[in-house]
Amino acid sequence: MKILVPVKRVIDYNVKPRVKADGSGVDLANVKMSMNPFDEIAVEEAIRIKEAGKAEEIIAVSIGPAKAQETLRTALAMGADRAILVETDDEVEPLAVAKILKAVAEEEQPGLIMLGKQAIDDDSNQTGQMLAALMGRPQGTFANTVEVEGDSVTVKREVDGGLQTVKLTLPAIVTTDLRLNEPRYASLPNIMKAKKKPLDTKSPAHFGVDTAPRLTTTNVSEPPVRQAGEKVEDVDALVAKIKALGIA
Amino acid sequence: MKTLVWVEHDNKNLADATLAAVTAAGKLGEVHLLVAGANCRAVADEAAKIAGVGKVHLADDAAYENALAENVAPLIAELMADHDAFVAPATTTGKNVAPRVAALLDVMQISDILSVEGEKSFTRPIYAGNAIATVESSDAKLVITVRGTAFEKAATEGGSGAVEEVSGPTDAGLSSFVSEEIAESDRPELTSAKVIVSGGRALKDSETFEQVITPLADKLGAGIGASRAAVDAGYVPNDYQVGQTGKIVAPEVYIAIGISGAIQHLAGMKDSKTIIAINKDEDAPIFQVADIGLVADLFKAVPELTEKL
Ligand SMILES: Cc1cc2nc3c(=O)[nH]c(=O)nc-3n(C[C@H](O)[C@H](O)[C@H](O)COP(=O)(O)OP(=O)(O)OC[C@H]3O[C@@H](n4cnc5c(N)ncnc54)[C@H](O)[C@@H]3O)c2cc1C
Ligand SMILES: Nc1ncnc2c1ncn2[C@@H]1O[C@H](COP(=O)(O)O)[C@@H](O)[C@H]1O
Repeated sequence: MKILVPVKRVIDYNVKPRVKADGSGVDLANVKMSMNPFDEIAVEEAIRIKEAGKAEEIIAVSIGPAKAQETLRTALAMGADRAILVETDDEVEPLAVAKILKAVAEEEQPGLIMLGKQAIDDDSNQTGQMLAALMGRPQGTFANTVEVEGDSVTVKREVDGGLQTVKLTLPAIVTTDLRLNEPRYASLPNIMKAKKKPLDTKSPAHFGVDTAPRLTTTNVSEPPVRQAGEKVEDVDALVAKIKALGIA
Repeated sequence: MKTLVWVEHDNKNLADATLAAVTAAGKLGEVHLLVAGANCRAVADEAAKIAGVGKVHLADDAAYENALAENVAPLIAELMADHDAFVAPATTTGKNVAPRVAALLDVMQISDILSVEGEKSFTRPIYAGNAIATVESSDAKLVITVRGTAFEKAATEGGSGAVEEVSGPTDAGLSSFVSEEIAESDRPELTSAKVIVSGGRALKDSETFEQVITPLADKLGAGIGASRAAVDAGYVPNDYQVGQTGKIVAPEVYIAIGISGAIQHLAGMKDSKTIIAINKDEDAPIFQVADIGLVADLFKAVPELTEKL
């Protein structure tokens, strides 16, 4: 079985995003970029499934600018076998990303496609579900545990009330939640090796996908800023404040 | 515009999260509801009483019992032939189902809306709520998920919608429900609690968390939340997590204890009316958003606070 892992290049999670003064978006010039954290978890899980002898090949794919090569090299250094960059400088919305991924999947025929549950830039939380719909495949979203067995995969999902377990027929789509695993760091020798692993570059047009956006962003603004309040001296002062709030 | 709102429920009772979605849908036009489940007529009857509701579509079939997206999305896509917008609460069920519907309809979903600005224009948070985008859809139909804290809850009484049975595609045969571990608790649910006491990594382990946080929460009749660090370390279950990728809460009072205030955590609670923080580090970022801060060792301060309240 092959596993396809879509990885997105996003603002590093440690960076506080700055909104541009003209309301056109978030300033990404000279900002540290990294692999979307949920996608690291997806790569890690794919590697663990391969290490358990349940998959033969891991293919990382990214849709984005030439620089997304770095993200793919990170996936290769972690342990993916090869990578595909679908290169475009346009912003591609989840629906179009899903259409491109479907086309890639039709060429590669993976048994499992493992995505992040959410990209931390657009916070859409859509792509995996959309891909599953377009391909007519089952979906195990917000995965906490993934167990591949024979021709099915059992996914324990993080849901609002706790955990839910579903069983999906392979081929299937899984999206990762935070507690699925702790991604490994790439070792230096593996980073060197990753430079020699195959990385193909294609274009959205190659897959015949129209990436024209359906949503227009007319403005991006800062959220209302919360002012820091006051510090109280001791517990007695805090007790008084809480009582004044009328909750005790 | 005719909207179709996803009713969140457990086949017995209607979940609160539905009510904010109804309010959001009401800003777009006529409000129709969908109750999909198994033996869930009682939910449809309850839903019909929500103020402002027109029709309630009841799809009662074993295939819909656990709201598996593979089974309910095709049903919704069919019903969308007669509706202009599908509106779901941004719960884990809504987030699981709605994008699948959107793709079947070939439209982009608008996730987690904060406001309705026009017929096809909405605001939504991006970058963990560090920016608010106004987006306008050019799609023929809308698929929207609604942030529960951003809209008033519709009244649960006063409506007189008509319940109409509908049927749709049955089991897609792609997936099956195995089991569920849903915690039973008398505590208020995080997304509707008036007061939340939340603990972070500083709480050491699950026993300590329980000993320090629970008595204070009991005293205040509060819901209990946690940072990701506390959940990852196993102090509390995953459904306690507040933040960008956990639950979004906006209680009257949010008390953060031993939580540093990472942007991903703030994303989930900074719309709380009053924020109280207890942290031993006076420079902890949580104090930048806290209305009331106490710099102290929580292991001393919290038990003392609980006692004095
Ligand atoms: C993709 C992604 C998604 C994420 N999503 C979320 C999310 O949804 N929610 C979330 O919370 N986090 C999330 N995080 C994690 C986030 O970045 C932080 O790591 C996390 O919030 C830190 O939790 P914490 O504040 O409990 O721990 P820490 O940052 O370690 O803070 C502990 C605090 O306790 C204080 N302290 C220690 N001892 C005491 C004492 N005795 N008395 C008083 N104070 C004490 C310290 O001063 C410190 O401020 C996410 C991260 C990533 C990468
Ligand atoms: N441009 C992209 N390239 C590769 N994968 C992507 C891209 N956009 C989204 N994804 C995948 O889809 C997941 C969810 O993204 P989103 O729906 O945008 O929140 C991410 O975690 C990635 O796994």
